Amino acid sequence: MADLRIDFEGIKSPNPFWLASAPPTNSGAQIHRAFEAGWGGAVWKTIGAPVLNVSNRYGAWHSGRRRMLAINNVELISDRPLEINLKEIAEVKRAWPDRAVIVSAMVESKPEAWHEIIRRIEDTGADGIELNYGCPHGMSERGMGSAVGQVPEYCEQITRWVMDAAKIPVIVKLTPNITNIVMPARAAVAAGANALSLINTINSIVGVDLDTLELTPSIGGKGGHGGYAGPAVKPIALNMLSALGTDEMVSRSGLPISGMGGIATWEDAAQFLLLGASSLQVCTAVMHHGYRIIEDLCDGLSNWMDEKGFATITDVVGQSLHRVSEFKHFDLAFRAVARIDEAKCIQCNLCYVACNDTAHQCIDLIAPDGSVTQPYMYDVRSNGKQEATETRPQPQVREEDCVGCRLCYNVCPVAECIEMVEEPSGRESVTWNELTANRREVTEDWARMQEYRAQVGIEIH
Amino acid sequence: METHPALAEQLPPLSAHEAAVEADRCLFCYDAPCTHACPTHIDIPRFIKKIATKNLRGSAETIYTANLLGATCARVCPVQELCEGACVLGSEHKPIAIGRLQRYAMDYAKAKGIKPRAKALRASGRRIAVIGAGPAGLSCAGELALRGHAVTVFEKRELAGGLSTYGIIALREPVDVALDEAKMIESLGVELKTSVEFGKEITIEEARKQFDAIVMSVGLGATPALGIAGEEAIVDGLAYIEASKVGAANLHVGRNVVVVGAGNTAVDCATIARRLGAERVTMVYRRTQREMTCYEHEYHFALSEGIEFRFLSQPAGVILRDGKTAGLKCLRVELGEPDASGRPAPKAVAGSEFVIEADQIVKAVGQQKPSLASLLGLKTAKGYIAVSEDFETSVAGVYAVGDCIRSHGSASTVMAVEDGKLAAAAIERKLATAEVR
Ligand SMILES: Cc1cc2nc3c(=O)[nH]c(=O)nc-3n(C[C@H](O)[C@H](O)[C@H](O)COP(=O)(O)OP(=O)(O)OC[C@H]3O[C@@H](n4cnc5c(N)ncnc54)[C@H](O)[C@@H]3O)c2cc1C
Ligand SMILES: Cc1cc2nc3c(=O)[nH]c(=O)nc-3n(C[C@H](O)[C@H](O)[C@H](O)COP(=O)(O)O)c2cc1C
Ligand code: SF4
Ligand code: SF4
Ligand code: SF4
Repeated sequence: MADLRIDFEGIKSPNPFWLASAPPTNSGAQIHRAFEAGWGGAVWKTIGAPVLNVSNRYGAWHSGRRRMLAINNVELISDRPLEINLKEIAEVKRAWPDRAVIVSAMVESKPEAWHEIIRRIEDTGADGIELNYGCPHGMSERGMGSAVGQVPEYCEQITRWVMDAAKIPVIVKLTPNITNIVMPARAAVAAGANALSLINTINSIVGVDLDTLELTPSIGGKGGHGGYAGPAVKPIALNMLSALGTDEMVSRSGLPISGMGGIATWEDAAQFLLLGASSLQVCTAVMHHGYRIIEDLCDGLSNWMDEKGFATITDVVGQSLHRVSEFKHFDLAFRAVARIDEAKCIQCNLCYVACNDTAHQCIDLIAPDGSVTQPYMYDVRSNGKQEATETRPQPQVREEDCVGCRLCYNVCPVAECIEMVEEPSGRESVTWNELTANRREVTEDWARMQEYRAQVGIEIH
Repeated sequence: METHPALAEQLPPLSAHEAAVEADRCLFCYDAPCTHACPTHIDIPRFIKKIATKNLRGSAETIYTANLLGATCARVCPVQELCEGACVLGSEHKPIAIGRLQRYAMDYAKAKGIKPRAKALRASGRRIAVIGAGPAGLSCAGELALRGHAVTVFEKRELAGGLSTYGIIALREPVDVALDEAKMIESLGVELKTSVEFGKEITIEEARKQFDAIVMSVGLGATPALGIAGEEAIVDGLAYIEASKVGAANLHVGRNVVVVGAGNTAVDCATIARRLGAERVTMVYRRTQREMTCYEHEYHFALSEGIEFRFLSQPAGVILRDGKTAGLKCLRVELGEPDASGRPAPKAVAGSEFVIEADQIVKAVGQQKPSLASLLGLKTAKGYIAVSEDFETSVAGVYAVGDCIRSHGSASTVMAVEDGKLAAAAIERKLATAEVR
């Protein structure tokens, strides 16, 4: 059994899974239940300035039968009085000494306000503080949340005020609503923060009601951008996470990162760990299915770690970071082609139409007699399941023409039916960087490029 | 139309949620096999995708483009043998419920009064007579009307719809669906004259004078005679089904019913008997389960209805007691060498008589060949009206479609609809080159 315990800059928890600061961590009673279910920690729903919430505050993006691939919200920070939150935080921490209790905070951008809240949080016995620089709606209009996170100078300034006062670990939570996530992260590092976390929610509008022409959800006839989170944002979160892990300044600082944004399964979790997160937070998946998902998050992660020979979470963290590279370093001689497993293929022709209309026209339809045929070739008088199935052509990749773009692979509805097979290209390895350094003319002039292709044997039809 | 509750439409309509879930399951195949398998080649992924995107008007119009009788076909098509049988999800998963989705779109079209779109802007000045308002005739008439031709349909029965109205068990298709569909076709500008028998009330000579083309869509005839003693006491299966649909008052169902035959019609008769109170229903067939002509799913349906089977039994006479049916005398049958149909030839064993008790015997052994063919001097093939690739009979300007030309392959509604559609296109091509009179 793998050891799932973590020590995140002094914040200890029995497993790496914390509930993110959000509705699942709204009250003491809820967090008691979450801890009973097995959650390793909880980042308390952000406390701070007084607020008022609205109804219809959650929208969602659904796809077909899959509900809530992402949630969108205009919820503000905790709407429960500060006193009550602080009292409950203290009670929860007393009751659960082995779990991580972190308090998310957001107050007016004044040093006194921050000093005051830090003192009061520390009085509860909490293990850490998370600075919410991310809330993209409501709070930002009042100069808090993402209004801070989007300006590295503010981020640095406020973090300094906090670090002046704080005695327990401080995590700076970053907003993804920024062009380069590295900038605010560097600011937090410069200000002496103890750790980083990301991502908060992404600005979004989920849709428009086609009957009323109002935004969905409609808040008394109005709507506006809300924060987007859940499975659909995972690739964005992973990219931002790896951007921190590969940034020299941030990685040299050694600040641990608490990763979140779309974690719903242990597989997602493992990917965040591999790209450098050493604690994990979850919100939307819990809002969808409840606290019970912690069981498989831990169980699945543990089984996978055993299978892979990882004994501790630390062994996993960052293991894929060295794979993160850039286009200019990719091997231009690398070649893969698509291959269809005819035994698994159900002949839906989705690969055919995708390649034919939008890729490289290199999937053929092979008639039962072995000849290449075209779609819709049957006679109008042909019908019935027998004729339709027995005369149905089989898609087949013309490998010599396949550029290996991988579109068909992504489109195919049958698991493991299309495989991208690595094929020797017969060319010498070369990267764009090397090409630019050694044969600059090839990278600047189409005629030279054509000569180069002819010379090394690259044919693109 | 009043139908006995036990024969009310078996499948409920899909709810909006069910339709959305099912439509979402469709993979949207390209050059989809379901479309190939459908005799009218409805663009199935397209109409299903439109259900998924809640474009129900577009969905209904997609169906109409290929098949004007989509509402009937959605209910009566043997989908297991056609579209759904070819669905790529069929081998390992459940095929998409194409028929029920089609019905969902067609129900919407009915509720909203959505009609097929005209294919011509102007009237052509051509007049065309269609004989018989069954699926083949209605499809052909509708297609011609959409192309701007003036069409008159002559139907000898009181109600339009052919076997959809009179022959297909209400469990599959309620009478109203067939009648509404006929009304929809009328609304395209088709003149529908019911209770007019071609050959009597209007002769071919008269018709040839008045019309540029004549389409025969007369279907087939009554159930043929078994040629056994006491035949008068046997009930005609087609009349039996008809009574269950449109003449409940005349329908008498026995307590112990024997149905002779093993095709889809026989299963329907047996189902009616069973559902309307018969304690015991036995289907009697000369050959075995393997040679039955009904679809496999129909056989399983019959078993689930509690219908019994007596295979290898050949009816030899009706046993009457006090002038009332008391049983069916049968001979045991042995199977011999394959006959012309490729199935083993049944041979009755002499002296092997036995009796199956029954107070009602229903025969459902197919339909007689179209009698009108010889009356009009049309060439035939195996008794069916012979036609060219373009559905033209041996008499120029006279076309034929539907069951009356189905000399091979199994007769079904959707095949009749496709005939009507193809013939309409062929007639238009032909008329385009002829002068308007
Ligand atoms: C009991 C039964 C159940 C069936 N169940 C199914 C099923 O579930 N699914 C399926 O796909 N198929 C089924 N079929 C087959 C299907 O009903 C036929 O293939 C289809 O109706 C053929 O259409 P049609 O227009 O050619 O003929 P019909 O439907 O027979 O229509 C012919 C019309 O022509 C009229 N007519 C005939 N002579 C004249 C005349 N001289 N003048 C004027 N009008 C005339 C008739 O009154 C009739 O209305 C069933 C058939 C039967 C008998
Ligand atoms: C309804 C809702 C309310 C949230 N409220 C807060 C909040 O008060 N403070 C905060 O730092 N983040 C808040 N978040 C952001 C989450 O903590 C988290 O960063 C984000 O949802 C990404 O994780 P996920 O994809 O697992 O949901 C909220 C998210 C949601 C969906
Ligand atoms: S990998 Fe791209 S080019 Fe090759 S067959 Fe697939 S879609 Fe076509
Ligand atoms: S997408 Fe996959 S299953 Fe469909 S035809 Fe192509 S290879 Fe076969
Ligand atoms: S074959 Fe099945 S999955 Fe494919 S388009 Fe037809 S109904 Fe949809």
